[in-house]
Amino acid sequence: MCKECGCGMGGEATFSGPAHDHEHDHEHSHGHAHGHGQHHHHHHAPAPAHGHGTRSLELNRSLLEQNDRLAEQNRGWFRARGLFVLNVLSSPGSGKTTLIRETCARLAGQVRAGVIVGDLATDNDAARLRDAGVPVVQINTGTVCHLEAAMVARALERLGDAPLDLLIIENVGNLVCPADFDLGEHLRVVLLATTEGEDKPLKYPPMFHSADAAVITKTDLAAAAGFDRGQALANLRRISHHARIFELSARTGEGMAAWVEFVRQRRPAPRPRG
Amino acid sequence: MAEAVRLAAETARAHGAARVVRLHLCVGVLSGVVPAALRFAWDAVRRDTPLADAALEIESTPGARWCPACAAEFDCQDWLQPCPRCRGPGAEARRGRELRIAAVEIE
Repeated sequence: MCKECGCGMGGEATFSGPAHDHEHDHEHSHGHAHGHGQHHHHHHAPAPAHGHGTRSLELNRSLLEQNDRLAEQNRGWFRARGLFVLNVLSSPGSGKTTLIRETCARLAGQVRAGVIVGDLATDNDAARLRDAGVPVVQINTGTVCHLEAAMVARALERLGDAPLDLLIIENVGNLVCPADFDLGEHLRVVLLATTEGEDKPLKYPPMFHSADAAVITKTDLAAAAGFDRGQALANLRRISHHARIFELSARTGEGMAAWVEFVRQRRPAPRPRG
Repeated sequence: MAEAVRLAAETARAHGAARVVRLHLCVGVLSGVVPAALRFAWDAVRRDTPLADAALEIESTPGARWCPACAAEFDCQDWLQPCPRCRGPGAEARRGRELRIAAVEIE
C-alpha cells in the first residue's frame, strides 16, 4: 500500500509472460528479491517489558527505506548485466505504450529492448507490445496504484537470461504515488499528452520534478486539443529546470528521431565481456 | 501507511512492548502527501495490530528549494513559489520531501 492514497488493500501482484514459466503465476521471490522483514536492524537494544509506563523511542526511519534498498539491488542487477533502464510514467492514456512500442521498433537491430508493464489489471498493453515482437513481462498490481522495486525484481526473474541492452518499465498510469518509488532505473521519463491540460506539471509537481526527461506526446493532436505549447513548456520549466524536454507524436513519427537518439546516447557503451 | 504500522509494530516487538500508544510521523511540505489520506489509511491498516489504539501525530516539516539561476536556497511552503532573490522558476527541492517515522511511544 502506498503512503499517499491507501491503495493495495486487497491481494498481491501477479506476473505473466514471457512464455517460459507461465504455469505458476504466483511464484515467490528468490535470489535478490527478498520479501519482507529480512533486513531490519534495530538501533536500540531490546529491553525487557516493564508492564507499566510508556517509553518514547526515536526512530527517524523513512517509510520508503525498504523500497529504496530494493531499488539499489535492482540497480546492481542492471549494472551487472549492462542493462540501461527507463521508468516511464504518466496519467492513464497519455501514450506510454505507443511511445514504448515505437521506440523499440526504431531501435530494433541495434539495441535489444525488453519491457516490463504495470497495470492494475489486464495484459492488453503487454499484448500490444508482444505483437510488436518485444519480450514483455506484465505485472498486474491488483489494487496497488504504482510499481515498487520488489515487483520489478520479481518481473526480472521472468525475463530470465533474455539478452537485453535496454529495459523499459511502463509504470501504472498515475501521476501521484509512483513518483516516490525508485525502481532502480537510470532515467525517469514523464509524459504529458497535448490532450491533457497544460497545467499537469503544476498539479503534480513531485512527479514532474523527479523526471530526467519530459516528453510531450500526441503533438499530432495539439491543434485539435487547443494545446498551448508555450504555456506547457513554461509550466514544465517552473517545476523542473533540469529535465530534457521532447515533443513528439509516436503515431506519426514526428519528433521521434530526437527522442530515440537521446535514449541511444544516454545508454552507456556496452562493457566488454570476458 | 502500512509500512509505518509495520515498522512501529516491529519496534514494539523488539522492545518487548505489548502495544504502541503513539506514532509520530514527519511529513515534508513538498512530499505530496495529504494528511487526510494518511489518516484514512491509518484507520484501515492498524486494526488487529499493536497500534490498534494508538494516537497518530502528523508533523508537517519545512521545505527548502535551491535556485539553479542564482544559487539561492530558500525556505518554501510549496513547489510553485519562485526564487525570492531572482524570481527565477524551476528551483530544485532540497528539503521537504520526507515521510518518516520520527518516534514511537510504546507500552
